[in-house]
Amino acid sequence: MAEKQYNWAAIAKNPKFIELHHKKSAFLFGWWIFSSVYYFLLPIGAAYAPGLFKIKIISNINFGYLFALSQFFVSWGIAMYYAHVANKDFDRLTRELVEEVSK
Amino acid sequence: MKKIFVAMLITLSLGTLCFAEETKKDAPGAAPAASAPVAGQPVATNAPAVAVTTPAAVPAKAIEDKGKLKANPKVTIPIFLIIVGATMCVVVWSAKQTKSASDFYTAGGGITGTQNGWAIAGDYMSAASFLGISGMISLYGYDGFMYSVGWLVAYITVLLIVAEPCRNAGKYTLGDILSFRTNPKPVRAVAAISVVSVSTFYLTAQMVGAGKLMQLLLGIDYKIAIIGVGILMVGYVVFGGMTATTWVQIIKAGLLMTGAFVLSVLVMLKSGMNPLQFFRDIATNERIIDHVKLLPIYLKEVDAGTATADAGQRFLEPGLFLTNPLDQISLGMALVLGTAGMPHILMRFFTVPTAQAARKSVIVAMFIIGSFYILTTLLGFGAAINLSPQNIIKVDAGGNMAAMMLAKTLGGDISPFIGDLLLAFLCAVAFATILAVVSGLVLAASAAIAHDIYVNVIKDGHADQHEQVLAARITSLVVGVVGIIIGIAAEKQNVAHLVALAFAVASSGNLPVVVLSLFWRKFNTAGVISGLVVGTIASIGLVMISPNMTYPNKVADDAKKAYTKLEKDIAEGKIKPEAMEKTMKTIDDKKAVETKNRGGKSMLGLDKPLFTLKNPGIVSIPLGFMAAIFGALLFPSKRSEEMFDELYVRQNTGIGMAKAIDH
Repeated sequence: MAEKQYNWAAIAKNPKFIELHHKKSAFLFGWWIFSSVYYFLLPIGAAYAPGLFKIKIISNINFGYLFALSQFFVSWGIAMYYAHVANKDFDRLTRELVEEVSK
Repeated sequence: MKKIFVAMLITLSLGTLCFAEETKKDAPGAAPAASAPVAGQPVATNAPAVAVTTPAAVPAKAIEDKGKLKANPKVTIPIFLIIVGATMCVVVWSAKQTKSASDFYTAGGGITGTQNGWAIAGDYMSAASFLGISGMISLYGYDGFMYSVGWLVAYITVLLIVAEPCRNAGKYTLGDILSFRTNPKPVRAVAAISVVSVSTFYLTAQMVGAGKLMQLLLGIDYKIAIIGVGILMVGYVVFGGMTATTWVQIIKAGLLMTGAFVLSVLVMLKSGMNPLQFFRDIATNERIIDHVKLLPIYLKEVDAGTATADAGQRFLEPGLFLTNPLDQISLGMALVLGTAGMPHILMRFFTVPTAQAARKSVIVAMFIIGSFYILTTLLGFGAAINLSPQNIIKVDAGGNMAAMMLAKTLGGDISPFIGDLLLAFLCAVAFATILAVVSGLVLAASAAIAHDIYVNVIKDGHADQHEQVLAARITSLVVGVVGIIIGIAAEKQNVAHLVALAFAVASSGNLPVVVLSLFWRKFNTAGVISGLVVGTIASIGLVMISPNMTYPNKVADDAKKAYTKLEKDIAEGKIKPEAMEKTMKTIDDKKAVETKNRGGKSMLGLDKPLFTLKNPGIVSIPLGFMAAIFGALLFPSKRSEEMFDELYVRQNTGIGMAKAIDH
């Protein structure tokens, strides 16, 4: 099979690649840290701020329940937002880079 | 536990009885049993009107009153046959398509993002999460819901950190990614050992669970259940490889979501489709209130004077079950990082053609898994309202049968046949769930042995397609048979810690080295090996000295406490004459348990746990990361650093991926 040999070091120094990986790293690790912090607030809050979790918000539904439920929507939200940014930005940059190096 | 299972086998009859009759029968039986302990030990409290009892009385009562839940074989067997038949057709179809190693391990990379999303969900949602979490919610309320959150949040790590890079840089296994810029032989060998140990822990827990579940639901012998599950699992994997496994997982995820959805609708109908009414029903349910008032933690709060007067509302507040926040944080860490290090989950990303498809598959999976856990909340609370925690505990002390009982009751309210049908359907779903999960695990373990060890370590990568597929099939067969044997051998073992252990090893051993391989230039062979070895050994070691293991002296103490209390009750004349014989027998049993266990040691010769957390993640994950980093810094490798550019470009962009697939 005829395989194209790439100069990996050169691609790694390509400005487009640098832009891609900077943007990606910032996005990925930033949102990962956000989601982790948000998640760990749940067990920490339940243990150390039970008073807050017991506050009734609507009828019998308390803050703790809504906060736990919000974890699902926050996770979905991050996932959708990531898909949006990746489809729009990261994939475009990647495509341009691939076109450039396969010339 | 065992007694309950035996009791289940004895009370086989009652097949078509609808639950309405059962509750009538249970109610008078339960009343005297409950009144005895309530009168037994009035505790001085600031709320003197609240009569309370000791926690020990609850499980003791559960064993006396044999709960009843039995599937109707006339309905159940046809449904089982339909599902097994459907999966068999899939196997026959996929066996024809499985010709190359790539077909076997990754379905030729021909699975779409959406299909893979369903398959990930099917691979991940085990019977334990379905039955266990709904049961936990039905008995302890809010804490069960909180427990379920981490299982979804874990997918953020999968989505953001590992899914696309693994698709871009990997081929069939974890070993492919780790060996990219390291010395392949030792790295593959160590990675394979880690993968096989994670899979074995998880598989054993699943197999034992499967055996017990089938025994409980269908009344078939434990060994026969394990062998049956094992044969199907081996059949799927050996003949159909990844294609069959994927479709079994997709079918299972569809069935599971259907079951959960139908039951949730029935639950919500009871509250007029009004969520506010639903929560009011929970907080004002008399039997839930009685149940909460007898929970050990509520009793402690009563003693401490912090208890709320509104015990029903207390069911919706945290802290009735999960009492050690450090343990929960530790579990959370193991979930958030461990899911992304689970070999059977990682492997799913090699089945899609592109990084975009990998991304889409995680997002689809997240929506399915998240919706599922939200529905599970409805099932758990619904079971508490409609069945009462007291009745759930009678059938299974851990509440594992809550969802099944709910199906039978709510269906039975419409007509007894619908009750049987729904129960049979859920039994079949649980069965399909087990099959899907164990098949994925067997495939991941065999890929590690056949692809990493046999083809790449023993044969130096020189094996033609035919030989590779043959090796993969033989390995799957062996892994499956070993799984069956371990499952049978572990029948009476305490396997509760094995799932925690699997996640601990995945998060402390696998994940650090995967992340560092993909993102850190200085990472190398020494780092991979030290990270995997230290992470794995630290997790296993910490679990071995944790409260998960059985400590005979503690068992003896608990037994002593229980019979001392009963003897005191007798001395004070609190046991009714008709219950005396049973009580005496319980005392004798407890004394026998004490004699048998007194002076014994845990598996490692300990009297009591050295490490107080059930989940080692909070210690073992940092250890795994540190070992990986120090190992890499102590033994720097120029070649690994030079090759980082290639791996980094590949994982980010997918350039050269075709080559990675064909080489």
